[in-house]
Amino acid sequence: MKVKIHLYTRFERFWHWFQAFLIIFLLLSGFEVHGSLKLFGYARACYWHNLAGWTLLILTAFAIFWHLTTGQWRHYQPTFGNLEKIVHYYLYGILKGEPHPFHKSPERKLNPLQALSYLFLKVVLLPLQFVSGILYYYYNDWINWGLTTRLDGVAMLHTAVAFVLLIFLVVHIYLTTTGGSLLAYTLAMITGWEEVEENV
Amino acid sequence: MDCLVCHDTTGSYRKFPTACGDPVYKERKFGKKVFPAVDLRKVARKVGKTSRTTCGRCHFYGGGGDGVKHGDLDSSLFKAGKELDVHMDVKGLNYSCSTCHVARTHQISGRYYSRPAAGKHQFALPADDGWRLACESCHSRAPHKNIEILNHHTAKVACQTCHIPRYARGGVFTKMWWDWSTAGKFTAAGKPIVKKDKAGNVIYHSKKGDMRWAENVVPEYFWYNGRMSYLHEGDKVKPSARPLELNSLQGDYADKNARIFPFKVMRGKQPYDPVEQSLLIPYLFGKKGTGAYWADYDWVKACRVGMEEAGLPFSGKVDFIETAMYWPITHMIAPKEKALSCAVCHRRNNGRLENLRGFYLPGRDRWSFIDRSGWVLLGLTVLALLLHAGLRFVNSKRRQDGGKS
Ligand code: HEC
Ligand code: HEC
Ligand code: HEC
Ligand code: HEC
Ligand code: HEC
Ligand code: HEC
Repeated sequence: MKVKIHLYTRFERFWHWFQAFLIIFLLLSGFEVHGSLKLFGYARACYWHNLAGWTLLILTAFAIFWHLTTGQWRHYQPTFGNLEKIVHYYLYGILKGEPHPFHKSPERKLNPLQALSYLFLKVVLLPLQFVSGILYYYYNDWINWGLTTRLDGVAMLHTAVAFVLLIFLVVHIYLTTTGGSLLAYTLAMITGWEEVEENV
Repeated sequence: MDCLVCHDTTGSYRKFPTACGDPVYKERKFGKKVFPAVDLRKVARKVGKTSRTTCGRCHFYGGGGDGVKHGDLDSSLFKAGKELDVHMDVKGLNYSCSTCHVARTHQISGRYYSRPAAGKHQFALPADDGWRLACESCHSRAPHKNIEILNHHTAKVACQTCHIPRYARGGVFTKMWWDWSTAGKFTAAGKPIVKKDKAGNVIYHSKKGDMRWAENVVPEYFWYNGRMSYLHEGDKVKPSARPLELNSLQGDYADKNARIFPFKVMRGKQPYDPVEQSLLIPYLFGKKGTGAYWADYDWVKACRVGMEEAGLPFSGKVDFIETAMYWPITHMIAPKEKALSCAVCHRRNNGRLENLRGFYLPGRDRWSFIDRSGWVLLGLTVLALLLHAGLRFVNSKRRQDGGKS
């Protein structure tokens, strides 16, 4: 039996989509600043990239507050027990038409692989990007802070993490098509409601 | 000291070219030009503040002619428009030289050989101590209101770099190349040769050799902390693949006082002693038979007299060596609309900073390791996902078909 459950609250959905937009925009404008694309023009790319970066930082501050106050952070606690099963499912089971080994519920929304990778995104990738981005932004002031005045280290890190984020994004988008229908997961993130197999 | 040369306000105070700095006491001719006698009484009664006219009388003609030497100081600045120089614009701010080159007890602020122009007062505000040669002293280090990121450049890029997109913009050509080695050619009839280009610049002169001129020139850019070191007479120098630097710029990327600064690079060929390995000082101007090059046209004789006068050794051999000299470009600030735009520097190829390497410039530089592995990994990921999607699709088709049959 399939049932519909309410998985994603309004703030969570807003946060998700706004963050998605900002990250995609930061990647586009960032790669223009890096010289890989031509889209907005250099001045605008820089300006909007900075603005989007600060916006993402503020959004993240709100998200952290929300996670802490609502206890939602628990969803990201990694569990390694069933990780293997999930990996096996995506590499093999899904091709065979086997059911997903994980049962979503409002108490546990994320499967172990999701929990682990989102945790990595949140505590490693994005913070790295924030720290290197802020340093990059204040480059002109490093002299006053007594730092080295070589830009390359920070820029190198910022670019490398951007590539990881880009690959993350591509895989993430692909995995949204693995629900009951191609758009099922995407719709769930829009409406908040997801159809799941009734837990037995 | 001649006070009138700076403090004359009548514009009639003139010196005679070969009179060792004396003014024109009696009407005299120099070539075809007539120099009227100066009315010293009138001039003396009209002394006043210095002006672009008095300073420019010397500085615009450095190197023997209008605009020859600097490229950013020439007679077009006597009556500058805003397009040429926003500060010396006669209809606008109409600054005189000493508005920026503040003089106190006749110490005119400016670079003095190896002493930086702004000295300790690099970023001083006028209220601080009255010195205000640096752009920052009037404008602060964050002068840009609309585009914040421009203010993020001031630690690495000098104001002049962005605000003087080209020099020699006022219609006066500046000399870019002077090859002494070709001097001394004559017509079959033994007459000196003088060739001019369409604009009237001398491009060959028997006395001087080949010359090249340019206007609207794009500067060359180097790291510069305001100090230069100079080659001195008698210094030992070796020919190398690169032109010999007559002055070398101090500062590099790691130097916190250095900025990227625009320069005119004056190149040419000069007499050189290959045995003593030093530049030669030829005796140029004099009467026939004295050895003066411009009379006798004999390099060896001219150098013998010149080096003897300087008290330096001379082997008797004259060669020519290619030299380069750096002239900071700091005047002819264009209106803000003409300032360099981002992509002039921040671009993969053919940017203005193309030749300035050894630091990371966003948009120009990348690490092939990171970029290549990034794109390869992305490509592999997409391939893997496509494969996965293909298998999913085929298998689900097969399952459906299997279900049907
Ligand atoms: C290289 C150019 C130069 C020469 C030569 C020169 N001055 Fe000046 N003088 C200046 C400048 C620049 C100022 C600052 C005010 C101005 O722009 O006129 C100044 C200011 C002055 C003042 C005004 C001082 C004040 O506090 O307002 C006097 C008086 C003066 N000079 C006298 C002389 C006398 C006398 C001589 C010759 C011995 C002389 N100057 C030679 C450039 C010059
Ligand atoms: C009589 C000619 C003459 C006049 C007039 C004159 N200067 Fe000079 N100025 C020179 C010469 C020659 C030098 C180079 C001195 C040296 O190399 O030691 C010089 C050097 C300078 C320098 C230092 C340049 C450098 O390359 O380090 C500055 C700045 C300067 N003058 C500004 C002015 C200002 C401002 C005025 C007007 C108030 C003025 N000068 C008037 C001849 C003149
Ligand atoms: C807007 C301010 C400003 C005005 C106006 C100005 N200068 Fe300068 N000038 C500078 C600055 C800044 C430098 C020093 C650049 C550096 O750091 O080497 C300089 C340098 C110089 C130098 C030395 C160039 C060299 O090779 O180092 C000379 C000579 C000079 N100025 C002459 C003049 C004369 C003559 C005038 C008037 C026609 C004039 N300046 C007007 C700002 C100004
Ligand atoms: C990286 C290039 C760059 C550098 C370095 C730079 N500027 Fe600018 N500046 C510009 C551009 C571009 C504009 C035009 C901005 C606009 O259109 O609003 C400008 C505008 C200005 C204006 C007009 C004020 C305004 O906001 O419209 C002033 C004054 C100015 N610059 C002074 C300076 C001074 C002083 C420095 C050195 C401390 C400096 N600039 C360094 C590029 C530069
Ligand atoms: C003695 C003070 C002073 C110094 C030194 C000075 N400026 Fe200015 N500058 C001004 C003033 C005043 C204005 C006019 C401001 C206005 O119109 O709002 C101005 C205007 C400008 C503008 C704007 C022109 C426009 O299009 O509106 C630029 C760009 C500029 N300065 C660049 C420079 C640079 C680069 C230097 C250093 C070489 C420099 N300034 C040195 C006083 C100064
Ligand atoms: C004269 C050439 C030049 C121009 C014009 C120029 N830049 Fe730069 N830019 C530089 C240099 C040099 C650096 C310092 C690189 C370093 O230190 O490794 C830099 C650094 C930067 C950085 C990284 C450091 C930071 O402060 O964040 C950004 C972003 C940037 N520029 C954007 C721009 C934008 C946007 C514009 C146009 C509005 C612009 N630049 C115009 C030369 C230029």
